[in-house]
Amino acid sequence: MRTLIFRTIAPYLSALMVLYSIFVLLRGHNEPGGGFIGGLIAASALAIFGIACGVAAVRRALKVHPMSLAGFGLFIGTLAGVYSLFTKQPFMTSQWWPVTIFDVEIKLSTPLIFDIGVYFVVVGAIASIALALEERESD
Amino acid sequence: MTQAAIDLTLLAVLAPFAAALIAPFLTKHLKHNAAWPLAIVPAAIFLHFAGFIGPVSEGESFVASRAWAPSYGLDYSVYIDGLSMVFGLLISGIGTFIILYAGGYLKGHPQQGRFFSFLFLFMGAMLGLVLGNNLLTLFVFWELTSITSFLLIGFGHLRAASRRAAIQALVVTGGGGLILLAGVIMIISVTGQTEMSALLASPDVIKDSGYYLPIFLLVLGGAFTKSAQFPFHFWLPNAMEAPTPVSAFLHSATMVKAGVYLLMRMHPMLGGTELWMTVLPVFGGITLLVGTILAVRQTDLKLMLAYTTVASLGLLVMLVGTSYERALEGAVLYLIAHSLFKGALFMVAGNIDHEAGTRDVTKLGGLRGAMPITFAAAALAALSMSGLPPFIGFIAKEVLYYGTWGAPSAAMALTVTAVVGNALMLVIAAAVAIKPFFGPKVDTPKHAHEGPVLLFAGPVVLSVTGLVLALFFTATGTMFVGPMLSSLMGTWTEVKLVLIPPYVNAPLILSLITIGLGVLLFLQLDRLRSAIAGVLTAIGWGPDKGFDQAVAGIVSLSAAVTRRLQGGKMQTYMALTFLATGAAVLVPGYLGGGWPTMPKMPVYTFYEWGILLVAVLGLIAVLIAKTRLTAIVSLGIQGFAVAMIFMLFGAPDLVFTQLMVETLSVVILALVMTRLNLSPRDHRKGGAALVTGAIAASVGVGIALTLIAISQQPFDRSLSDFFTEYSNSIAYGRNIVNVILVDFRGIDTLGEIAVVALAGLCVLALIRVHTTKTLPEEDQAPAPSGSAKREAA
Repeated sequence: MRTLIFRTIAPYLSALMVLYSIFVLLRGHNEPGGGFIGGLIAASALAIFGIACGVAAVRRALKVHPMSLAGFGLFIGTLAGVYSLFTKQPFMTSQWWPVTIFDVEIKLSTPLIFDIGVYFVVVGAIASIALALEERESD
Repeated sequence: MTQAAIDLTLLAVLAPFAAALIAPFLTKHLKHNAAWPLAIVPAAIFLHFAGFIGPVSEGESFVASRAWAPSYGLDYSVYIDGLSMVFGLLISGIGTFIILYAGGYLKGHPQQGRFFSFLFLFMGAMLGLVLGNNLLTLFVFWELTSITSFLLIGFGHLRAASRRAAIQALVVTGGGGLILLAGVIMIISVTGQTEMSALLASPDVIKDSGYYLPIFLLVLGGAFTKSAQFPFHFWLPNAMEAPTPVSAFLHSATMVKAGVYLLMRMHPMLGGTELWMTVLPVFGGITLLVGTILAVRQTDLKLMLAYTTVASLGLLVMLVGTSYERALEGAVLYLIAHSLFKGALFMVAGNIDHEAGTRDVTKLGGLRGAMPITFAAAALAALSMSGLPPFIGFIAKEVLYYGTWGAPSAAMALTVTAVVGNALMLVIAAAVAIKPFFGPKVDTPKHAHEGPVLLFAGPVVLSVTGLVLALFFTATGTMFVGPMLSSLMGTWTEVKLVLIPPYVNAPLILSLITIGLGVLLFLQLDRLRSAIAGVLTAIGWGPDKGFDQAVAGIVSLSAAVTRRLQGGKMQTYMALTFLATGAAVLVPGYLGGGWPTMPKMPVYTFYEWGILLVAVLGLIAVLIAKTRLTAIVSLGIQGFAVAMIFMLFGAPDLVFTQLMVETLSVVILALVMTRLNLSPRDHRKGGAALVTGAIAASVGVGIALTLIAISQQPFDRSLSDFFTEYSNSIAYGRNIVNVILVDFRGIDTLGEIAVVALAGLCVLALIRVHTTKTLPEEDQAPAPSGSAKREAA
C-alpha cells in the first residue's frame, strides 16, 4: 500500500477530503450533506492518511486523541440543546441568530452547532477505530 | 409543645449528616480533640428529645412533616411517641459518648476524621429510621444504616477479614432490607396508607386483609436479618472486625436493635396472632440459647460480648413474641438496660485492648490496680448485665420473668429458656468483669494503665446511668417504660416499677435460681468452654461457613451461566443474533398466516436492470469468493449498487451516506482482518456453511417479505406532508432529511451520537485488550503502619 505515489499524494488528498467534508457539513441544511456524511468523509480522509503515512503521523497532525474529538462533539451537541432551557423553552428548541456578512445572510443557529457536534462525534469515533486497527501489534 | 419545637425534630434527624460533613475539617485542625465540639451535636439532639419526655409521658404523640415528593404523596415526616422517643434518647445519648470515645480510641489515626463522618452518617440514618413516620423513608433510612455500617465495619479495609465482615453484614442486612421493602409496598397497597401514624390509628386493617401472612413474613425477614436472629446471627460476631467504638454503638445499642424496633413498632398491627406468638418466641428462644452457648465458647472479650448481644436480641424477640403485657414490659426494660450495660462493656473491652494490648481473656488478669476507673465501670455494667440489684438489669429481669411465668401459652418453655439464657449471660458478665481485673497480675503486651478521660467517660456514664435509672425506678417507669410500652400495646398503659420485690414471688425465686446456676457454671467455665468447643468442632458446619458456600455457589453459578451464554465465540453470537432476527420477521407471518401477495413485476428501464444485475453479481462473488478479503470487497460492490438505486429514485442524502458507509466498512473490515490475523480463507466444513447459509437465507427472505408487506400498506403521507411543509418555513432548511436529523428529531440524533461515541470507546477498549494479562487475586494490601494497626482493635 505504501507506494511512493500513494504516499506523496495522500496528504493532499486527505487535506482536500477534510476541506470537502467541511463544505458538505455546512451546506447540509439546504443541500444534500450534513454532519453525519461530513464526518464520514473526514474519517475516511484520516484513515487514508494513516494507511499511507503511518498512524503516528496522523496522531501528530491531530494533536489530540480522536476520541476527545468525539467527546467534544457530544459536548457541544448537548450544549446546543441545553441553551434553550435558559430561555424557558423545552430542551433542544432551536435558536436562530441570522447575521449578514458581505450581503450574504448566514443563519447561525443551535441546529448548526448541533450538526457540527454530530460531525465531530462521527469523525472522532470512526477515526479512533480505524487508527487503532491500523496500528501494528508492536506499538 | 409548640409546633416549632416539634418541627425542630426534622432538623434533628438531619443534624448528624451536617456534622458528618464538617467532621473531617475539624479533625484536621483539632486532631482527636475534635471529639469535644463534635459531641455537642448528639448532645443537643439528646436535649431536644428530652424536651418531649414530659408530654409523651402524659400520653401525647407528635407528627412533623414536610412535603418531599407531593406528586407521589410522599412526605418527609417524623412520628414521636414513647417508642421512638426512647430510641431517639438512646441513640443520641449513647452516641454522644461514642463520639468522645472514638476521639480517644482512634487518637492519632490518619483517618480519624473519616471515622467521625461515618459514625455521624450512621447516627443520622438510625435517627431517621426510628423516627420515620413515612414507611418509605423508614425503608430508605433502614438501608442507609446497612450501608453506613458497611463503611464502619470495613473501616480497616486493608485487612481481608475486615472486608469480608463488611460485605457479609451488607449482604445479610441489606438483603433483609429488600425483603422489608417488599413488605412495606404490600402494606401500602393493602392499607392505602404510607404514614405510620395513620396505620396505628386503625391497627387491625392488615390482620383483617387476608394478606397478613405474606406481610408478616416479609417484615420478619427484615427484622430477623437486622437483629441477627438465628440463623442470620453469624454476621454480628464477624462485625467485631470493626473498631470498638463501632461495636459499642452499632452492635449493642442501636443498629441491631432496629429489627427489634420494627417488631415493636409493628406489634399493634401484626402482633397478638397465633402465628406471631409461635414464630417469634421459637426463633427468639433458639437465638438466645445459641448466642449464650457460643459466647461461653469464646475467649476474646469482644466476641464474648458480641454473642451475648445476639442472645439478648433473641431474648427481646422472644418476649415481644409473647404479646403479653408484662413480657412486653420486660422487653422494654431489658432493651434500655441492655443498651446501657452492653455499650459500657464494649467500651471497657476496648479500653483493656487499647491499654493492655490484648483482649484475650485467658491472657489478662490483675488489672484492677492499673485501671481502677475502667474496672469500676466494668463492675457496675456487669452487675446490671447479671441482673443483680440495685441495677436496671435486675428490674428488667424480674419483670421479664413475671412475663414469661404468666405468659398465656408455653409459659414453662419460655421461662426455662429465659433462666438458662440469663444464667449463661451472668457467666459472661462475670468473665468480662472479673477475669481481667482480679487474680494475679499477668504480663500483657503493653504496660497497662488508665486511659484518658475520652476513653473512660463513656463506660462510666453509661454504667452509672444503669444504676440511677434503677434507683429512681418510679420516674423510670412513668417517663420511659410506660410511654414505650403504650406504643407496643397500642393503648395507654400505666407502669409501676418496684426495685425491691415486696414479697417472695415466682420471679424472685427464678432470679435466685438464675444466680445459683450462673455462679455454678462460672466456676466450671474452662471445662464448659472446652466441652462446647468440642461439640462445635464435631459439628464443623455453621451458618458462617454456609454464607461462604452460598457466595461461592453464586459465583460459580454465574460463571457457568456466563460460559454458556458468553462463550466468547463470535460465530455463535452472530448465528444467534441472526437466528433471532430471522425468527422475529418470519414467525409472526407464519403464525398469523399473513404472507404478503407477490406484487406485479414493475417495468424497469435497461439501466435499472443493469444496476440490479451488478448487485446480484456482487452477491454471487461473495458466495464463490476463495478468500475472505475478496468476499468483503465483493460485498462492497453490492453496497455501491444499492447506493445507485437510491440515486435513481431521488434520495441524494441516502446515496451519499450509503457510499461512505460502504467504503468505510470495506476498509475497516479489511483492517480488522489484518489486525486480528484472521486466516485469509474460510476453513469451515460444508455442514457448517450450510447452517449459516440457512440462517442468512431466513433473514434475507424474512426482511424481503416484511418490506413487501410494508410497501403494500397504504402510504400515510401526513408525516411527509408535515416535514415538507414546515422544514423551510419554521426550521429554515430546504434539506428535509437534515432538518429532521438536527432539528425536528434532534433528541433522537443526540442519543444516536452518544451511542456512536460510546461504541467507539468500546471498540477502542476491545482492540487494546491484552488477554494474557491477568490481575492477581489475593490481597495486595500494604503492611499497615503503626497507627493503622490500632484499627484492628
